[in-house]
Amino acid sequence: MQGYIDSIETMGLVDGPGIRMVVFLKGCQLRCLYCHNPETWDYVHSKIMTSDEIADMVKNNMSYYKNGGVTFSGGEPLLQPKFLIECLKKIKQLGIHTALDTAGHGIGQYEEILDYTDLVILDIKGITNEGYKYVTGQNLDEFNKFIEVVKQKNKKLWIRQVVVPGINNTVEYMKDLKKYLKQFNNIEKVELLPYHLYGVEKYKKLGIPYRLDGVEPLNDEDMEPFYAILKD
Amino acid sequence: MNNKFDLQWRAFQGTEWKDSVNVAKFIEENYTEYTGDDSFLVGPTEKTKAVLAKVDELTALELKKGVLDIEVNRVSGIDNFEPGYIDKDNEVIVGLQTDAPLKRIVNPYGGMRMVEQALSAYGYELNSDIKKHFNTYRRTHNDGVFSAYTSDIRKARHVGLLTGLPDAYGRGRIIGDYRRIALYGTDYLMEQKQADFKKLEEQELNEYNIRLREELTLQYNALKDIAKMAERYGFNITQPAANAKEAVQWLYFGYLAAIKENNGAAMSLGRTSTFLDIYIERDIKEGRLTEETAQELIDQFIIKLRIARHLRTPEYNELFAGDPTWVTESIGGMLNETKSLVTKNSFRYLHTLINLSSAPEPNMTILWSDKLPINFKNYCSKISILTDSIQYENDEEMRPIHGSDYAIACCVSAMTVGKQMQFFGARCNLAKALLYSINGGFDEVKGDKVVEGFEPMTDEYLDYDKVMESYNKMMDKVAKTYVDAMNIIHYMHDKYAYEAGQMALHDTDPEKLMAFGIAGFSVAVDSLSAIKYAKVKPIRNENGIAVDFEIEGDFPKYGNDDDRVDQIGVELAQSFYDKLASHPLYKGAKPTLSILTITSNVVYGKKTGSTPDGRKAGVAFAPGANPMHGRDTNGAIASLNSVAKIKYKSCCEDGISNTFSIVPSALGHTEEERIQNLTNLLDGYFTRGAQHLNVNVLNRETLIDAMENPDKYPTLTIRVSGYAVRFNRLSKEQQLEVINRTFHGTI
Repeated sequence: MQGYIDSIETMGLVDGPGIRMVVFLKGCQLRCLYCHNPETWDYVHSKIMTSDEIADMVKNNMSYYKNGGVTFSGGEPLLQPKFLIECLKKIKQLGIHTALDTAGHGIGQYEEILDYTDLVILDIKGITNEGYKYVTGQNLDEFNKFIEVVKQKNKKLWIRQVVVPGINNTVEYMKDLKKYLKQFNNIEKVELLPYHLYGVEKYKKLGIPYRLDGVEPLNDEDMEPFYAILKD
Repeated sequence: MNNKFDLQWRAFQGTEWKDSVNVAKFIEENYTEYTGDDSFLVGPTEKTKAVLAKVDELTALELKKGVLDIEVNRVSGIDNFEPGYIDKDNEVIVGLQTDAPLKRIVNPYGGMRMVEQALSAYGYELNSDIKKHFNTYRRTHNDGVFSAYTSDIRKARHVGLLTGLPDAYGRGRIIGDYRRIALYGTDYLMEQKQADFKKLEEQELNEYNIRLREELTLQYNALKDIAKMAERYGFNITQPAANAKEAVQWLYFGYLAAIKENNGAAMSLGRTSTFLDIYIERDIKEGRLTEETAQELIDQFIIKLRIARHLRTPEYNELFAGDPTWVTESIGGMLNETKSLVTKNSFRYLHTLINLSSAPEPNMTILWSDKLPINFKNYCSKISILTDSIQYENDEEMRPIHGSDYAIACCVSAMTVGKQMQFFGARCNLAKALLYSINGGFDEVKGDKVVEGFEPMTDEYLDYDKVMESYNKMMDKVAKTYVDAMNIIHYMHDKYAYEAGQMALHDTDPEKLMAFGIAGFSVAVDSLSAIKYAKVKPIRNENGIAVDFEIEGDFPKYGNDDDRVDQIGVELAQSFYDKLASHPLYKGAKPTLSILTITSNVVYGKKTGSTPDGRKAGVAFAPGANPMHGRDTNGAIASLNSVAKIKYKSCCEDGISNTFSIVPSALGHTEEERIQNLTNLLDGYFTRGAQHLNVNVLNRETLIDAMENPDKYPTLTIRVSGYAVRFNRLSKEQQLEVINRTFHGTI
């Protein structure tokens, strides 16, 4: 079957272990304040590809991906569950590692999706309903459904948290986050991503107002005290 | 069996290499493969630091002045200079090209014009006697070439269809087997040459054999001169080296002779690290050497290689920026399917990039195989990430053709050491040739008729089949002109500027390769794709010459792993090679072809008008076989895959250069991840049959900052097509071209 693709990065080296093909799927129901891929929100300008085409690309590049794998990102990859499941199945048949880079806000079929997923890279948008809604415009319910299944299946997790001035760059938030993450037993790593401005240009091009105008970017060093809290 | 050298050859295994010159066999029977990690390596000694400090001081001064000094009262030659030192008490390995460090040699044998231009550019004047004698009594390579050049060759040179031909200076790219001096001493080598000379008497003395006898006489005399030169430094190299220090020193004298006698663009070293490891291991066992003193030998040897210099003109520097000498050293590779040629000394060579800081020379080249020891692969990746000073070439493609004892000359040219030599021949601008096939053989920039027998196309839109038919005929013509130029150049070079010292360190009458080259590859390929898949409308001037093109619609672009366009490239390279190969070559040479531009892609672009792929007149080409900047939009692997499709065997056996730049944060979050990812990337690329990869791990912002604040980055080294260069020694145009390249991983 066909899927709606934004783009494919044939050499992704940071979204999961090793050298990976990263498939950016179109569509997302969240409207995160700091989203740097607003072009993936809707389905216009999609590249239509079949799951066979995706699998063939992986097969063709096995010499690179054999110690790495494939990551489905987006947009929100969970929004095209049927296509996603087909792709994951075909890639697992090739003996290749699979990962989902997700904010956990899909439309169900999580059980089957996760059956063929080796690693979940989970983007935390907020840990209270209020905080989550402020950042994404949506309620936490769907996210909670997703993480229930993740916990049930004890999936390996990489946690990602974008750190944004004025939203969550505080010691209190990090302490709360640490407590919040205790519910997961299989976290391999936690990555704090400093807020950056790379997405701002895209908003101008797309004619979408940018809601974090004037917020200063952070850098890696700014993350160090927060990492210390999380490790502690 | 030859037992003459029982002292020097003590503890060495095997007999075959004792009875005739056979360094490869010696290595095979005596080296110790090392599969461990880099933890044994040590820092520089006080002596090394002292010599390095002096060299750093002199090179800083040189950078300010352009050249530090030029010897104007003597000319090039193996034994024409007094001994020179940097810091005699602290030098463990000695020998300079002239009597002082960084003082350059005048080599008039290649041509007086180039010498005089270079001297006047730096405010020097040649000794008037030498000038008079050379102008009155002695013809040069350059004189010879220009008295035989055809009008087609002259025109092709003038417009930049053929560029960089070695017709005014040394051809280079010949690698003497400098190890032979260490293993056998010069007396033994002279005996062998004498025996070969005698053997020729039994043969028909035709022109080929007469010339060979003369060459053998020159080689014999050169060996004598190498020994005399060494004697000035207080060493007797007529006998083999008896320990590691002597082995390094003897070998270096061989190389030093080569760069005293010749000024070729690429004066490569060969494959010496594992050979020398045998001597170092023996000395360590005998208690003569420690890891500190072993590293000291290598550090000091490398310092010497870093200060090799040749006298160039400013125009030359524009073509090949940063005073490159291509002292290419090939490291690693496999002996056979299961055993690698990696030794501790392979690590020590790479470790000089840490001990002495990163530097473009020697041009460290890793012969990569997925079967290399993992510790070595990861160490290479680590040094690449830290220094951007290493290039990688595919042992699994080259070893089947050249055997296990080959080395790289210049950037990507493989040759079996001591058994093959090369006639180097620059490159042909295939993007310009494509424009000629559209414009009836008229040059789009100068307006001259360069190639006869063609009419300008008058179609409103270019027709692919018609263009291809014309392009094929054009390439037939150009190939003939190119072959003629090369045959003339190498005939004359042998006659007037024969590399006696280097050829003395080859087997007598080795196999010859004639190395042709292509520039403008990706531009030609994308142009053909545009004509085939989009609608391309030429914009013609009043003379009917297409000076620009309008493209309607999209077309597949080389660099995206799209066979529709990539196959055009595969066929283009093959077709041009076949055309070259249809002509007989000087001395029965075998033709080879490279896709390599070094930094000349900038100058080629400058000389080429707008092309049907949408590239505007004067814009730089992509380097080597790289896709054009910004057109590879499906990520690095798709880009690498397109390049990997070009056939090495039986097509581009002189090399296919690809330069890859990635930002550190995209390569991985931690150092460990970056190393693993780079190792996997190299494994992935080379198991697809690719030949070469330059790796740069750096941020574009760093380069922009370095452009604005060069003093902040004195040693910033980057890989360009086939060699490394200090970034601050590139011209502004070249710096911009590097900055504009695709950096994988930029958001």
